[in-house]
Amino acid sequence: MSRVPFTPEQYGELVSKLTPPSRMLRGYWRAFWVGGLICAFGQALTLWAERLNLGEITAPMFTTSVLVFLGTTLTGLGVYDVIGKYAGAGSAIPVTGFANSMAAPAIEFQREGAIMGVGARLFTLAGPVLAYGIASSVAVGIVYWLIRGWVL
Amino acid sequence: MDTVWLFVKAFVVGGLICDVGQLLIMRTKLTNARILVLFVTSGVFLTALGLYKPLVDFAGAGATVPLTGFGYSLAMGAIEAVNRYGFWGAFVGGISRTAAGITAAIVFGLINALVFKPHAKP
Amino acid sequence: MSRAGSQTFLYDRPPLVAAHASVAGPKEGKGPLSAWFDELLADDLLGQKSWELAEMEMVRRCVQAALNGARMTDEEAQAMLGGDLNNQIIASSFAARSLGVPFIGLYGACSTFVQALVIGAALISGGYLENAVCTASSHYCTAERQFRFPLELGTQRPPQASWTATACGCALLKASPERGLKVTAGTVGRIIDLNISDANHMGAAMAPAVFDCLSAHLSDTGRKADDYDLIATGDLGWIGRDLLLELASAAGLELPPEKLIDCGASLFYQEQDAHAGGSGCGCVASVACGWLMKRLEAGDLKRLLLVGSGAMFSPTSSQQAQSVPGIAYAAAIERED
Repeated sequence: MSRVPFTPEQYGELVSKLTPPSRMLRGYWRAFWVGGLICAFGQALTLWAERLNLGEITAPMFTTSVLVFLGTTLTGLGVYDVIGKYAGAGSAIPVTGFANSMAAPAIEFQREGAIMGVGARLFTLAGPVLAYGIASSVAVGIVYWLIRGWVL
Repeated sequence: MDTVWLFVKAFVVGGLICDVGQLLIMRTKLTNARILVLFVTSGVFLTALGLYKPLVDFAGAGATVPLTGFGYSLAMGAIEAVNRYGFWGAFVGGISRTAAGITAAIVFGLINALVFKPHAKP
Repeated sequence: MSRAGSQTFLYDRPPLVAAHASVAGPKEGKGPLSAWFDELLADDLLGQKSWELAEMEMVRRCVQAALNGARMTDEEAQAMLGGDLNNQIIASSFAARSLGVPFIGLYGACSTFVQALVIGAALISGGYLENAVCTASSHYCTAERQFRFPLELGTQRPPQASWTATACGCALLKASPERGLKVTAGTVGRIIDLNISDANHMGAAMAPAVFDCLSAHLSDTGRKADDYDLIATGDLGWIGRDLLLELASAAGLELPPEKLIDCGASLFYQEQDAHAGGSGCGCVASVACGWLMKRLEAGDLKRLLLVGSGAMFSPTSSQQAQSVPGIAYAAAIERED
């Protein structure tokens, strides 16, 4: 019936043979130094927070909020997608990447209005992260509660 | 000298955690959203198993800034709240400990949508 | 004889390409074909409020330019056949709204332009229309937000990903005894699916469909690849073109590599970071109307086989983990002296 001279399996092999691989070493190096630099910058913010006597609970809040602010602002300026194209996971995995994943759809869908555009799309990418992160923390909390009651 | 060592640790550990993500991008067919979810939930469960806290003590921001660190805060928050409030603490701790980051992302994200316009890519 | 073999139309009264027009975006304007396009856009938004409106405006301008080229008014145009990549093909239908031309909306993903040529030529040859405006468009920014990610999201594209062209092409077909470019035959392809599930790898998903349509065309018409001066596929990209050559050689179909070009692979320089090449309905449309038809008119080519290909997936089918089926249409365009 089909004129195609290959089975899907044979064709799949041919496709992987002819598709150039991602440049692995370069990818790892870029993700490493950009990701490392963002974390080192976070470390600097933490040290600064200590100078400001922000305390153990508020210091991480300060660090995170500043990083999130930078992530969203660089997204708005159209810089973060350029960094992301260069660094891949190096800029996606730090919390600035989380900020980027919320700010990007918010900007992109502003033309669809404030409610179903910006408001709803804000969570297109961050939603799954929050949903599964929070749900698993609840699971951990309950298991901890059970074990604690059982052990003590 | 100690300060320099702090930065080196944060840089190297943070960079390596990002490289795990890069490995998943290049070697697997996982979508970005799946990779991010995987990082947060691994952060939560590694913390629950007591494996992530030593990394945070060692590398500071190198372990807290990546998304696994977000998972770490969620899990630590839930555990501490259970200690304080009992069972219902499990429902409170995660979000309250990470509230600053989440709220900042929502608020700055909204402000961004007001201030900036979408850019075409070159 | 107006039908050959199982899939091919041989037009009894081959319509004339009375005029053609092409519009290309800023990135396309920095590519190797920039000198050939009739209009180059300075920015992607064309002074409109959204990317979607910008794409509609691009289609409107392109159709208008083709009508002007044939010295025709909107009222004289009897039908507009076209489509794009937006949900419910809004760019084409909204452009048709402002033009007021009777509208036949088509969807063949990136193959839409050739689909329009094949159907438009059949309607003219059959006497149902005296003329037909065949068009297709795509816009990087509308396609990206619909099929992939918001533009501002920092992600990396794999090497096999293609770049949706911001471009539009329009050919005005006309029943006419005059000499010039004629659409002589059209082949309607079948949907072929070799179970490629990577929606980024459209060249791989479409190459089998192009191969199937091409061999159907050649066997239906009794022609050989050598009977054409050029076979232009759109948009397999660099990798998909290699796959097509492999398919042909494994099936014993003679397909000399020097006769085979791909519109997506011709639109950008490899340094332009378009990865596997250009894609989108506007890619084959603008390359055919801007470059290939002008080469036919210049006498540089005499017989061209244009094979448009489309990847028939949607964000929904991708999320439901379905494979990416391909489609292809072929249109023979010949210069009659």
